[in-house]
Amino acid sequence: MITRFLWQGMDRRLRLFVLLVLAIGVLLPLSNQLMPQTSALYVPSWVLQLIGKYLCYASLALAVDLVWGYCGILSLGHAAFFALGGYCMGMYLMRQIGTRGVYGNPLLPDFMVFLNYPALPWFWHGFRYFWFAGPMIVIVPSLLALALGWFAFRSRVTGVYLSIITQAMTYALQLAFFRNDMGLGGNNGLTDFKDILGFSVQADGTRAVLCFASALALAIFLVIAAAVVGSRFGKALTAVRDAESRMRFLGYRVEGYKLFVFVLSAAMAGIAGALYVPQVGIINPSEFAPGNSIEAVLWVAVGGRGTLIGPVLGAFIVNWAKTYLTGALPEVWLFALGGLFIAVTLFLPKGAVGLWEQVSRRRPKRAAA
Amino acid sequence: MNAPRSTSALLYLSGVTVSFDGFKALNNLSLLVEPGEMRAIIGPNGAGKTTMMDVVTGKTRPDTGEVVFDGRADLTKLDETDIATLGIGRKFQKPTVFENHTVRDNLLLALAGLRSWYKLLTAAPTKAESNRLAEILSIIRLEAQQHMLGARLSHGQKQWLEIGMLLAQNPKLLLVDEPVAGMTDVETETTAQVLREVNKSHSVVVVEHDMSFVRALGVKVTVLHEGSMLAEGTLDQVSADPRVVEVYLGR
Repeated sequence: MITRFLWQGMDRRLRLFVLLVLAIGVLLPLSNQLMPQTSALYVPSWVLQLIGKYLCYASLALAVDLVWGYCGILSLGHAAFFALGGYCMGMYLMRQIGTRGVYGNPLLPDFMVFLNYPALPWFWHGFRYFWFAGPMIVIVPSLLALALGWFAFRSRVTGVYLSIITQAMTYALQLAFFRNDMGLGGNNGLTDFKDILGFSVQADGTRAVLCFASALALAIFLVIAAAVVGSRFGKALTAVRDAESRMRFLGYRVEGYKLFVFVLSAAMAGIAGALYVPQVGIINPSEFAPGNSIEAVLWVAVGGRGTLIGPVLGAFIVNWAKTYLTGALPEVWLFALGGLFIAVTLFLPKGAVGLWEQVSRRRPKRAAA
Repeated sequence: MNAPRSTSALLYLSGVTVSFDGFKALNNLSLLVEPGEMRAIIGPNGAGKTTMMDVVTGKTRPDTGEVVFDGRADLTKLDETDIATLGIGRKFQKPTVFENHTVRDNLLLALAGLRSWYKLLTAAPTKAESNRLAEILSIIRLEAQQHMLGARLSHGQKQWLEIGMLLAQNPKLLLVDEPVAGMTDVETETTAQVLREVNKSHSVVVVEHDMSFVRALGVKVTVLHEGSMLAEGTLDQVSADPRVVEVYLGR
């Protein structure tokens, strides 16, 4: 039954795309590890790190698209789920430092020694073990999504009001995480990581594996998302997006539908954040910044809302442009981002995927004539 | 929950009042619909026809009054989903089909049965479902368009698809709001036929402005005015009633 469930949403194009994602995740790390540095096929470590980051962003974009593109829930707070997954991973990584910290305290991370913590706060217990931290990466963001969604969807908060609530949620979390007495490193967040599962996070080999893991996660999310939207559940989900009250009059309990995708999406975002943190080496409250969530929505819009390939493409296109422009013309970047948003809204309502479909539909006609 | 008054009527409204900012959209309205009956409800604009449907389907809560379905369910305490599950289907004034779904998927979504999200995740199409869909497609005359997106249907076809969705939902009572608004004469004629066919197995309440359509239905008529019942009887009886004439023509 599970195999049938997972295959029901896969069409030929998506299968190829999943293979492409996996190919990137396998070939780039392999070439980084096996090719000599002089070879033309050698992928430098900084490229690998960049691609690994983009792959995590792509998973976040897919998560946003699942709720926005397929269920009409415009979440402007998805970076919060990403950051919470990231903090869970960060807490695990902090506990791996042990006596190698500046203060050499075997139990307390450096910032706690610095802030005169007498003991480890209760919620830090267990994070020393990956078997505990791993599930938390999924559970913490899911629980937040469950609580928020439960109240919001039951009270029928929709549209712009829901967007504002999600935005307020991520902003509130940012302010909370800034506080030193939250016990999560305050302003500086969690950093100076040493090991993950016993391997050095700085080592090229570990980075290669993390890049592969990010690609694998994205591929799995694509298959799950395709199965969900390709099922009869998916038909009902898009119907909720298009005419929610009509679905109620047909006897559907639409809250259940919304809550399921919202929680699923938050879990995906959490895992993406957890893979992101060891690759960038730090997690701090700025990851909760409202702007981050809005940027994720923008990736989806650029790539193509309501498609599965679109958000992945969008995340890569926008972030590549960001990497390039913030290096080459730093003062231009924010204008370019704003301009891109206006251009996509006005001219490409279905994003890059929509544009590609338009072009490929026109071509065979001309060939036939 | 205190047991609502038991009644043989399928739909029982008594003393229902709904006010919006002091304006009484429904004013002490009482109405009985018997099982198997088709009832036409007419009345000038603002008479409370749509508000009445909102109250019955749970969209609007009445300030006072009783609304009982099937002799036992108190509709004033239930929400839209519960009421739909009990067996009341509604067709809106403006056709609201799912525009991004095919005609077949529209009917599939409406089909009585699976509603819970976790069952739909793994639901496979069954033979019984596809037989029922074929049956409905032939009643609403949209077999040829079954794979067309809802958005591409003509106005009349959308109205029929919506009636088909109600059939798929298989409710005990159908509430149909202005089914022939904006239809051609031929489409109006066909719609009257479809509704008579539907009435063979379902009770129906039709709200309509179009008198020739109401005449074609040939059923008992209730006239609403300013939120209350003004007259009830055959179309000929009520159109002979001087109060009805005054409401429609006078002032």
